[in-house]
Amino acid sequence: MDALMLSRLQFAVTGMFHFIFVPLTLGLSIMIAWMETRYVATGDEMWLRMTKFWGKLFLINFALGVVTGITMEFQFGMNWAEYSRYVGDIFGAPLAIEATVAFFMESVFIGLWIFGWDKVSKKVHLLSIWLVAIATNLSALWILLANGWMQNPVGYVIRNNRAEMVDFTALITNPYGLIKFGHQLVSGYTVAAFFVMGISAWHLLRKNEVDFFKRSFRQAALFGLVSAVLVAGIGDMHAVEIAKVQPAKFAAMESIWETQKNAGMNLILLPDEKRECNAIERLCVPNMVSMLAFHDATAEVKGLKDFPKDERPPVLPVFLSFRLMVGLGTYLILASALAVLLSFRKNLEDNRLFLTVLLLSIPLPYIANQLGWLVAEVGRQPWIVYGVLKTAAAVSKSVSTLQVAISLAGFTILYGALGVIDIYLLGKYARKGPDNDLSGIINVQGRG
Amino acid sequence: MEANVFQIIWFAVWGVLWGAYFMLDGFVLGTGFMSGFLAKNDTERRVLINTVGPVWDGNEVWLVTAGGVTFAAFPTTYALMFSNLYTALLLLLFSLIVRGVAFEFRGKMDSDGWKSGWDMALTVSSFLPALLFGVAFGNIFKGIPMRNDFATANFAYDGSLLTLLNPYGLLTGVLFVMLFAVHGSLYAAIKTTGELSARAGQMAARLWLPLLVVAVAFLGYSYPATKLYSNYISTPVLILLPLVAVVSLLLVKVFTSKGRLHMAFLFSCLTIAFVVFTGVAGLFPNLIPSSLDPLSNLTIYNSSSSLYTLKLMAGVAVVFVPIVICYKIWVYRIFRGRVSNEDVLGNHEAY
Ligand code: HDD
Ligand code: HEM
Ligand code: HEM
Repeated sequence: MDALMLSRLQFAVTGMFHFIFVPLTLGLSIMIAWMETRYVATGDEMWLRMTKFWGKLFLINFALGVVTGITMEFQFGMNWAEYSRYVGDIFGAPLAIEATVAFFMESVFIGLWIFGWDKVSKKVHLLSIWLVAIATNLSALWILLANGWMQNPVGYVIRNNRAEMVDFTALITNPYGLIKFGHQLVSGYTVAAFFVMGISAWHLLRKNEVDFFKRSFRQAALFGLVSAVLVAGIGDMHAVEIAKVQPAKFAAMESIWETQKNAGMNLILLPDEKRECNAIERLCVPNMVSMLAFHDATAEVKGLKDFPKDERPPVLPVFLSFRLMVGLGTYLILASALAVLLSFRKNLEDNRLFLTVLLLSIPLPYIANQLGWLVAEVGRQPWIVYGVLKTAAAVSKSVSTLQVAISLAGFTILYGALGVIDIYLLGKYARKGPDNDLSGIINVQGRG
Repeated sequence: MEANVFQIIWFAVWGVLWGAYFMLDGFVLGTGFMSGFLAKNDTERRVLINTVGPVWDGNEVWLVTAGGVTFAAFPTTYALMFSNLYTALLLLLFSLIVRGVAFEFRGKMDSDGWKSGWDMALTVSSFLPALLFGVAFGNIFKGIPMRNDFATANFAYDGSLLTLLNPYGLLTGVLFVMLFAVHGSLYAAIKTTGELSARAGQMAARLWLPLLVVAVAFLGYSYPATKLYSNYISTPVLILLPLVAVVSLLLVKVFTSKGRLHMAFLFSCLTIAFVVFTGVAGLFPNLIPSSLDPLSNLTIYNSSSSLYTLKLMAGVAVVFVPIVICYKIWVYRIFRGRVSNEDVLGNHEAY
């Protein structure tokens, strides 16, 4: 493997690892802010205990999100120097804005939230978690506008041997980036909802703190259902946008080789890249792909053979990832709908089978998130900036294969170890259940 | 002409961001690697960690912002700085990662082995960034072995981690370590109570003289090793910058001896910021000089973004940076009190 392949692998490993923690942060921050809001509004201590319990898990997760994020920020320059030089004029701006607008707010107010229980009034404390939640979601906006630009470059001209920004408005109204943002937010919320439902299910199965976990469960089920439906809805918009601006990626997602009208979707399908066709095609739903891509049954869908071989993404991983993501999305809607129904019944805790299924479902939205990124990033290959710059031309020239090999090994070991510790701690504190002793806080806050 | 103005403004912002970062993370790093010398038991360690607990992440974001601004305003510099210094930055990243989780994880298990493991990790992962940043900036002041052809976008670097470990780079590394050691000790002294506070104050007083020696050596050695002084000779008014640094350093001593540690800490902040400003002003108009050939220097003219981007980012900065500074000051004021042993013992939220 050369420095290019290793750098790609390293970006994938560190990006996907960062992205284990980010979606939960996006959704759980909002859920916790809501719990604390209920506490401040009603004075009901159950809401406070919920805030504290889920908050503790939030923080264990958050720590790794923060430290792995710094790697991402540095890596563009370290491994992708040619890229950074070539597009920094336009791509650097959203990153710098993200830090100024979002990261400061997030990091300062998370400190206030953790350490401020006895230092500020209830209302200010509540405000701080809302600011954290808003900042977290804002940071997603800017990073996804950056990534959206790589997927669908707008608002630039090639001048002085590089891409220079000429229209910032185009950058921030880029439909590709905005749809990505929408899809990403709700998929993060889905992760958080299933996380809370799954852990609540574990305690309900043991009849532990039943009221506490039933209430957590119901909130999460509602949040999860709304989010999961939106994930699919916005995901559909995403696919339409891709068919328009990145037809090669779309063809790979659906494994369409020949350009055709009335393109149908084979429910069972296996691409064969060598022979440039599908080895298996069964159970065809007529016109389905044309409908999906253009919301028009007769529309023409471009096939992979219409693209030169060296401008096609790897078909199999993109196709499989996309199918699986959509499959998981469908499951998540059904599961959260059932969860909402059951959560309004009295005997939720007696549905042992369903609770077990939900406990086991915790990883599924995480997997769907990772798959989504595989579709997005692998499907964009061989381009790093679609139609503008090839990945192969973007890598740092002054960094040797050995250097990247060492750094990749280092990241893998360090991240592996931290991942294990983090999951262990999450499990430990999730099983421990909520604290009963809140006297300290309530006394102090009463005075404050 | 107009382009020059914005390039100069962004150069200044670039310097200010690094100065602010070192001033703020300097005391977190310093408290981190000095905690083994300052704290005598587990409770005191926890007190120290909790003095920086509410602010460390917010301080680290200055680094993220400095990186982001280099990317947005001087993309060529960002690209070459980060790729040419690859291995040093990698070690830096690993340290910052370990430091961040050490804060969060240390208190999460009730085992002595676990805690002392994270204590060790915190010490090393706070010490290394101090040293590495110093070495990196020493080499930036001195120039790094790169050959750049801007017309054809051809860039070459012939150095390695070992190239960076030259005497001047190492001296700057030691300077940063000493600055942060004093800075962190003073912070610990004003944020804790009782014996711990007294011990930290004495530590700062004891480290001051070695710091002075290193600082004088640095100023002296910079003359043969770098071209930093040429700007001071051509524009004498700039001498105000090192002057503030030196006077602040002396005042640190004066106030430490008088026991007025809050003032000492304040001047320690100024010392660090102005040491950085001194170096950066000496670089102008270079961001990173080449040690091989002046035409290969990365300057604000050959590595900056387009005027459009510079203007846009200036607008963003003018609106948001004041807001950030306001809420940062507000939160610092909320946490202005000292942290005592009782505070951490009775508190579930503390680290
Ligand atoms: C809970 C997670 C989750 C679920 C259930 C889904 N997605 Fe998704 N999807 C993501 C999480 C995600 C993601 C992690 O958020 C991605 C990766 C890149 C991005 O912007 O969002 C993504 C990317 C992504 C892309 C590629 C974006 C690109 O190339 O830039 C498409 C076309 C879809 N999604 C469409 C769908 C559809 C039609 C779904 C049907 C239910 C669906 N997703 C479910
Ligand atoms: C955090 C979520 C993300 C994940 C999980 C992710 C995943 C990946 C993967 C799997 C690759 C390798 C593709 C390949 O080599 O075939 C990749 C490459 C890359 N992605 Fe992402 N990505 C993420 C977000 C982003 C964002 C937000 C950006 C830009 C702002 C970005 C920029 C890049 C770059 C520069 C590469 C390297 C070139 C390449 O191989 O395509 N990624 N990413
Ligand atoms: C690949 C490009 C990415 C870069 C350069 C990047 C950069 C960073 C940095 C520097 C931090 C640490 C901030 C701090 O110290 O507080 C961070 C954290 C975070 N990032 Fe990323 N990030 C990337 C991908 C993403 C994506 C795709 C998202 C969301 C959709 C995201 C959302 C977040 C969030 C919410 C945090 C806060 C910490 C956490 O929640 O875990 N990042 N990121």
